[in-house]
Parts: sequence; structure tokens; C-alpha cells
Amino acid sequence: MERIAIVGVAQTKFSAPRVDKTFADLVYEVTTGALKDAGLEIADIDNIVTVSNDFWDGRTISSMAVGDAAGAAFGRGKNISTVEGDGTLGALYGLTRILSGSYQNTLVVAHAKASEGDNRLITNAFFDPIFERALGVDDVTAAALQAQVYQCRFGLAREDFAGVAVKNRKNAAKNPCAHHQKELSLSEVMNSPDLAPPINALEARPLSDGAAAIILASENFAKKLARRPAWVAGVGSSAEDYRLGERTLWKSPSLSEAAQRAYAVAGVREPSKEIQVAEISEFFAHQELLWSENLGFCAQGEGGRLLQSGQTQATGALPINPSGGCLGACAPLVAGLVRIIEATLQLRGEAATQVREPRLALAHGQNGLAGQSHCVWILSRN
Amino acid sequence: MKTSDTVNEIKPQILESRIKVPYSWSAGEVGSHFLIQLRDHKKILGLRCPECNKVYVPPKKTCGACFVRCQEWVEVGPEGTLVAFTQARAPSPVHPVEQPIYGLILLSGAGTALLHLIGGSPLGNLKTGMKLTPVFREERKGSILDIEYFRPAP
Amino acid sequence: MAVKNPNLLTISSGEAQQPFHYSIGLYGSRFLEELKSRGRFFGVRCASCRNVYVPPRFICGPCFKGMDEWVEVGPEGTLTTFTVIRFAFLDPETGLKRPVPYGYGVVRLDGADTNLLHFVKIPEGGGLRVGDRVAPVFAQIRRGNLQDIAHFEKI
Repeated sequence: MERIAIVGVAQTKFSAPRVDKTFADLVYEVTTGALKDAGLEIADIDNIVTVSNDFWDGRTISSMAVGDAAGAAFGRGKNISTVEGDGTLGALYGLTRILSGSYQNTLVVAHAKASEGDNRLITNAFFDPIFERALGVDDVTAAALQAQVYQCRFGLAREDFAGVAVKNRKNAAKNPCAHHQKELSLSEVMNSPDLAPPINALEARPLSDGAAAIILASENFAKKLARRPAWVAGVGSSAEDYRLGERTLWKSPSLSEAAQRAYAVAGVREPSKEIQVAEISEFFAHQELLWSENLGFCAQGEGGRLLQSGQTQATGALPINPSGGCLGACAPLVAGLVRIIEATLQLRGEAATQVREPRLALAHGQNGLAGQSHCVWILSRN
Repeated sequence: MKTSDTVNEIKPQILESRIKVPYSWSAGEVGSHFLIQLRDHKKILGLRCPECNKVYVPPKKTCGACFVRCQEWVEVGPEGTLVAFTQARAPSPVHPVEQPIYGLILLSGAGTALLHLIGGSPLGNLKTGMKLTPVFREERKGSILDIEYFRPAP
Repeated sequence: MAVKNPNLLTISSGEAQQPFHYSIGLYGSRFLEELKSRGRFFGVRCASCRNVYVPPRFICGPCFKGMDEWVEVGPEGTLTTFTVIRFAFLDPETGLKRPVPYGYGVVRLDGADTNLLHFVKIPEGGGLRVGDRVAPVFAQIRRGNLQDIAHFEKI
């Protein structure tokens, strides 16, 4: 594969409700932020990919409303197109546009204002209207069914799930962009109200407003820039069945497949030994453990023990979500792009909670109900 | 006049709005047959894949794994096994009952689990692997809610 | 119309609706506040291309620059195009049809470089033309949204 670099990144502070800015204002903030970070002008950008969702924006073809703010107004000579899925998938599309040979670089910008819609109704609309929607299910109940099966299958303790929230909120407290910046004790998490057993309120992602942008570039373009970039060593994506009843919820075959594809491209054989930091999309605490298993960081069913070993703490051998992850901030679709940004900052040595000299970092995004699809990025310092 | 001069005087406003666009979704041949059998005969049907023999409930016209048409209808259940469950404790405007309990139920003879409501038992008495049986509504309309809920089998 | 096949069912979304709490942003909020409390129209001018945007917004897309020079425009303007709706489509906010006929007008307020889309009153017997001078008719009660203008009408 021709080498592709990440040459600029930016994210907003995440919060809700962010009433002073429209979503286009947020897009402009991170677009100009990523350009400044890369030392580029908008005139240097060939191609733009926006990431948004009509349901979240409450607008048909919502991407049309952010072209100006993303620097793609007509007459500026840009190609612009859109992805309506997680930011990691938008970035993958941007990467393939560069590999096509048509563009030297691509700006990928994602936005969402979760506070403007009703998450329960929007995620209820994930479900099939003929057979499922009338039941009133949503993203939380779907994840709770997954958590319950996973817990039951491997005999995980409630402390294992709560421990993920404690770890990630501790990291989020140091992240200036995080939505939640207050540390939590294990008992605070365990005693928070039930959302849908076994998921407690403090084990669920916040619903944040915010935006994020990255600039991807070809090797030739990246080498002309002053700042040392992060390099894309491998990417993989995969999707599994739509209906929850057709899936084996205690594992994630699609994540395993996405990871194996990314590892194969990057030449990673033993992920837990070769990767020094991972930023993964855990919308709910149990998912960090489940995803860790399917990323090959530990054996199936060992996610709880991996957490207990302390290896995934910011100071451990394989820090997971030193930024605080999605439990620290989670704007829908933006969340995956933030994982790529945080992994890039780690490789540059500029993260708020910096891991010691990582050479290889992993970023992960998920899409759909209880992680129906996944996208895994391996980034390298060299 | 500059925004920067007056920015502190501007109170950001919110437009309270809504989107109300009515949809009418075709249940299709397969979905319609399933719902009509449920409505008229209280029967739960699945479709069997001719290659892998998996019985899809709710039915699907195509087996994704084999990428072939499923055409053989099979009656399944009515009893099933509880695969997963939870309860939505936080309210939602679309809940059909207060604090609904949800389950994934593998009906006897089915190869996939059906997502539905569970009733007649508190959450604490539920266990994965337990047997459940459907409770049908008296007045059935050709909807998935023609099954009111599944309850623990006697 | 096709005869309904009793073997094919449809599932209806019924009264389902989704609430949204759209942020109007600082620029939109200021525009609507002026409209509500003083019946005045404001736009913002781009320092580079000098275009005046109405309604105002932060970004001039072609120049990719923020704007902050506020300019009073209108209230009168010129009709740049219009159409008459005789078969109403659903209002996505209410799920209902507006009574027909009604007109949509695209109005270039005096001093503005962009057009404002709003309702325009269709005079009985017709006679509305592109290029006509129009003025806003304000709603009886102004609430700080674009419906504070009931419609535009020919002067």
C-alpha cells in the first residue's frame, strides 16, 4: 500500500447542550483547527469528506448544510462527498480517495449534536419497523442484551464493568476536550441508577455535542510539511448481521475480522505485544472488555482479567483509552474520528495523558446496534 | 457594528421543532405471511434456508450466510428458550408498557432468536435458558405486538 | 390506484414524531431578536468579498472566513422568483398539509446579496411578477422565529 499519513487533527471541547454554536459552526472550528495543526491553508486541500447523519441533525441530506463550513463552497475547486456512519468509516473512505490517485490529501470532518434530538427515538429507528420497532427498544437496551449475554457467558462481575468506567473517567478528567471531567469511585458507578441491567447510568456514554477533523495525505504531500505525521500502517473493516437475534452477542466476529484485516496489512502478529496504546469505541463499559478480546488483546472471556491486571491503565503495558474513551465524551459518529485523533496525538507525544513513547497505536470505531460493524486503524510513528 | 462588540449581549436561542413525517412500510410477501399467520392462527412461522437449514424467525427472504432464497415455511415454537434479557428502567416515549423487559427468545425449531417483550415475571426471576411461552392478544392486528409478551412456561 | 392485496400488509408509523431542539447559533439568534423586538432585518457583510448575507451566518463559504460586520437591510425588497402551490405537500414539522393555494417568494431585501425564502401573498386575480417590489407583513404576535413574518406582499 502507498503510505498515507495523518498530517492534521482537531476536535472541539465536547459538552451538551452546546447552544452557542450550530453544527456548521462546530465544523468550521475543527476544519480551521486541523488546517492550522497541519500548517496548511484551505487552498491546499483537494478533497473533503463530511460525516453526519440526517436523524441526528434533524435535516434531510444534512451534509449539504456544512459544505461552506468544511471549506467546500462551490467555486473553491474541491471535491466533496459524505459518509453517514462512524468517523472511522469516513476516514477509510477518505483514505481510499487518496489511494485512487486522484487526490493528494483529504480532509475528513465529522459533527453531531446529540442534545438536539432524542437519542431514544433516533436509536429506536435503528430497528426494523416490521418486526422490532414497536417494542420500543433502543441503543441502550440492545447493548444491555449484549452485556447480559457476555456477563452470563463468562461469569463476569459487575465490578469488571464498573472498573472500566472508573478507569476511563479518571483518564477523561485530564482530557481538556472530554465532556465528563470528574473522576468516579467504584461505588459511585456501582450505585448509579440502573439504565438497563446490567448497564448502570455511569457505565453509559454521555450524549455529547461536538466535531472532529483530520487531514490525510499521500506520502509525497506529507513529506513536504514541517510537522512529523502519524502514518497509517493498516486499516480493516467488517460488518455482521443486522438483527440482534441472528448474532452471537458474547463475541464480535466482525470486530475480529476487521482487526485481522488491519493487522495483516500492518504486519502485526501479536497485537498485545506490538501495540503500545489503543483508543477504542466503548459506548458502554462492558464493550471495552468485549472489544479487547476480539481485538486479540487477550483470550475470549479474559477481558475482565485484562482490566484487573492493570495493563490497560494509562501507566500499564497496554493502555486502553488514555483519553477517557467514549465514556469521557461521545458525539455520535464523531467518536471514532476522535479515537484516530487521540491515537495520533499519542504517537506525536502530545496527548493529555501521554503513554511513554508509543511506536504503534490502534484506533477503533463502531457503527450500528451493539457494534454491528467495526473499523480498526493501526497507526505508526515511523 | 461588530459581533465581537455585542457578543455578550446575544443570548443563543433554541428553535423547538419536530419532524413528523408519516411512513408506511411494506411488510413484503414474507413479512406479511408471517404477520397474517400470527394474526389469524396464532402461529409463529420461520423460513428455512435450503443450504444451511437455518430457520429464520422472524423470516427472511434471503439467507445472508448462503446468499440463497429461503422458501420453505416452518412452524416454530410456540415455546422457546430465553437467550438474553434486560429491562429498560429509564422511561422512553416509545415504550409499549412501563419499564418493559426485553428478551431474545430462541423458539423451538428456530435457528435465530426473536426479540420481544417478557411479562408475567419480575426481572429477578428470569434466567437465561429458561422456557418461555407466548401470550397472544385477543384482538390481533397483523403486528409483532399481536404477541403481547412471552411469559415463563408453566 | 392498485387494488389492495389482502396478502400484503403495511406497517404505519402512525403519530410517531421526533422532537428537535435546534441551536440557532449567535448569528441567527441576533437576527431573530431584531426581527422580533424591532421589526428590523440584519445581515452580515464579508470583509473580503463585501457580500451581505441574509439571514446572517458566521462563515462566508467562498472566502472561507468568519464575518462580523452587521448591516441593516430591507425591510423592503425585490421579488426574484416565486411559485404558487396548488397541491400542498406535507409540512415536515406538523405532518399536515397547508391550505392551498399559497405562494413561495424568493426576496432580495434592499442591501442584501443573498435571497430570503418566505411566503408571498398571491394577489386575487394574479398579477404578481418577478421584479415586483415587496414588503413584509409581520405576524400579530412575534415569537422570535421566521414566522414573525407572516408573508411578503406586493407594494
